[in-house]
Amino acid sequence: MAAAEKQPVAVTWAGPLNGVMSGALTWVDQRFPLMSLWRDHLAEYYAPKNFNFWYYFGSLAMFVLVLQIVTGIFLTMHYKPDAAQAFASVEYIMRDVPGGWLIRYLHSTGASFFFIVVYLHMFRGLMYGSYRKPRELVWIVGMAIYLCLMAEAFFGYLLPWGQMSYWGAQVIINLFDAIPWVGPTLAIWIRGDYVVADATLNRFFAFHVIAIPLLLVGLVAAHIMALHEVGSNNPDGVEIKKVKDPRTGHPVDGIPFHPYYTVKDTLGVVVFLIVFCAVLFFMPEFGGYFLEYNNFIPADPLKTPAHIAPVWYFTPFYSILRAVTEDFMIVLSAGVALYVLLIWFTVKDIRVRIAAAGAGLISIVFMIAPTVNGVSIALDPKVWGVALMGVGTLIYFLLPWLDRSPVKSIRYKGPIAKVALTLFVISFVVLGYLGTLSVTEGRTLLAQIFTIVYFAFFLLMPWYTRMDRTRPEPQRVTG
Amino acid sequence: MADKELDQGKRRFLVAATSVAGGIAGAATAVPFVASMLPSERARAAGAPVEADIGNLAPGEMTRVEWRGKPVWIVRRTPQMLESVKQDDGKVADPKSERKPDELTPSYARNEFRSIKPEYLVVVGICTHLGCSPVDKFKAQPEPFDAGWNGGFYCPCHGSLFDLAGRVYKNKPAPDNLAVPPHSYLSESRIVIGVDQKGA
Repeated sequence: MAAAEKQPVAVTWAGPLNGVMSGALTWVDQRFPLMSLWRDHLAEYYAPKNFNFWYYFGSLAMFVLVLQIVTGIFLTMHYKPDAAQAFASVEYIMRDVPGGWLIRYLHSTGASFFFIVVYLHMFRGLMYGSYRKPRELVWIVGMAIYLCLMAEAFFGYLLPWGQMSYWGAQVIINLFDAIPWVGPTLAIWIRGDYVVADATLNRFFAFHVIAIPLLLVGLVAAHIMALHEVGSNNPDGVEIKKVKDPRTGHPVDGIPFHPYYTVKDTLGVVVFLIVFCAVLFFMPEFGGYFLEYNNFIPADPLKTPAHIAPVWYFTPFYSILRAVTEDFMIVLSAGVALYVLLIWFTVKDIRVRIAAAGAGLISIVFMIAPTVNGVSIALDPKVWGVALMGVGTLIYFLLPWLDRSPVKSIRYKGPIAKVALTLFVISFVVLGYLGTLSVTEGRTLLAQIFTIVYFAFFLLMPWYTRMDRTRPEPQRVTG
Repeated sequence: MADKELDQGKRRFLVAATSVAGGIAGAATAVPFVASMLPSERARAAGAPVEADIGNLAPGEMTRVEWRGKPVWIVRRTPQMLESVKQDDGKVADPKSERKPDELTPSYARNEFRSIKPEYLVVVGICTHLGCSPVDKFKAQPEPFDAGWNGGFYCPCHGSLFDLAGRVYKNKPAPDNLAVPPHSYLSESRIVIGVDQKGA
């Protein structure tokens, strides 16, 4: 449409300035799709009217993202990404920069709250089946955001150059070292040195302040665009687009995002800020969970702290990593064998059966092949620990295809799905707690049991969601 | 132009050829960027040998020196400690240092005590699991992680155990023994780390 053909914008909310504002907005709108963006994403984006408490966390995640970007920009004005100066420059921000302590604590507290908000946002998706058709891409892009967030947090954690920064990075980079054949070269390439050193700090700074944030912002835009294409899910898991008002063409159970949800989400931000500020001002270290005590000691490449653990939001995966010991390999290969049998006797498609059997057999060989003449092709438990941790983070991507329930929302799913989700949450929390502690035999056993529960939730989902006794979904949302 | 029939085959070929050529050029452009992240010449040059004075080391004591940014431990073992190494043969995963011998144990240290002189143990103090630096627990006494502990090293990160010859215990996250760095004796009381023992 040529500029002059587009309808003028009529402003009615600016009082005596209505004429001026109309002219200005018309001028812009004829050169940039301002009004259509406003309509498509806010004023005429129809969201289900039955959003509940759990629907605050999407907008809160956006709020925290902005908070992290703004505080991050101001921190880079004083921070020095240099192994000799980094630790001191953070202390300089804390003590000498006017208001520096506030900006730094906003950023460090914001990091932990980002994960709290995102975990609750993901749990909402799990509960109400927000990953199901047609929202697979919303979920997949969301998981990509989550992975970026983990990378962002990991890179950022090295920057203060404390003992935990240093040894945490050392451990995580060494995970790549475990990859067969290419691992050692890859680890050196990531570090840019033979140990975590100045080169590592400098590049982590580059990733943390520019590469990952750019990716993150782009993915968030894609997440919202995909969401607005298919429309939001709701606690009932029924599609509001199925019942439309014949006069307006809008969903009967939908309300415009603006002003209804912009106002509601503003309230959410206010409540969030009350909680956030309580932590920020009264316990920014949060008992060693948000800022670990050992990180107030400068990095010492010659001495590992007596107890090292990642920050709380990584600990569930860290527990899975630690759970894979030599003894556990037997359990793991038995698990693979049972899973192959399950597929063999329940899936009709012969190609799936053969593929599963082949993949299972190969995995088992690489898990427990016997040693012949001092050589075994079995990979170290360490490699499998890393693999299991990787699968544990990536398996969420498959969720849209693992869930075979006829209904989306937990409200209409049967008892098995409810028990499974409860057990999954328990295993996530227990693994997370164990990951903050040092290892003992009892804790390792507990971590192994909950690792099995964690994976069973996903891997058995195609079976238990189909055999579950569901209730029929209503035609309209129930409010 | 518009009334001429389009040669779709030619168009497809040109699009494919352009994409392939552009793709190769793009991939080739990535090479210098990827290479720029490898250790710099300065980082490579920093791996010079270091010397350590062990003249003042009392029996049962350990000293740490930095070599290539890593901690290297030198332990002067007492006869009891050497005895405990023999007792640990059944507990450790690779008592004879047979795994990855070229990487972990130079030929001159491929013996029961993993050292040139039984008295002095020289190992890189980096756990072969995920790179933490284990803690020395030399005293033979019951520990939470092992009731029959004979003395050795305990990794705080994931609980790997090593005996007083740096040999890893069975069924622990760490797959391998602690690495013995190339080292040699300059005199009775001086060790150089990073240079292999000659004639051994």
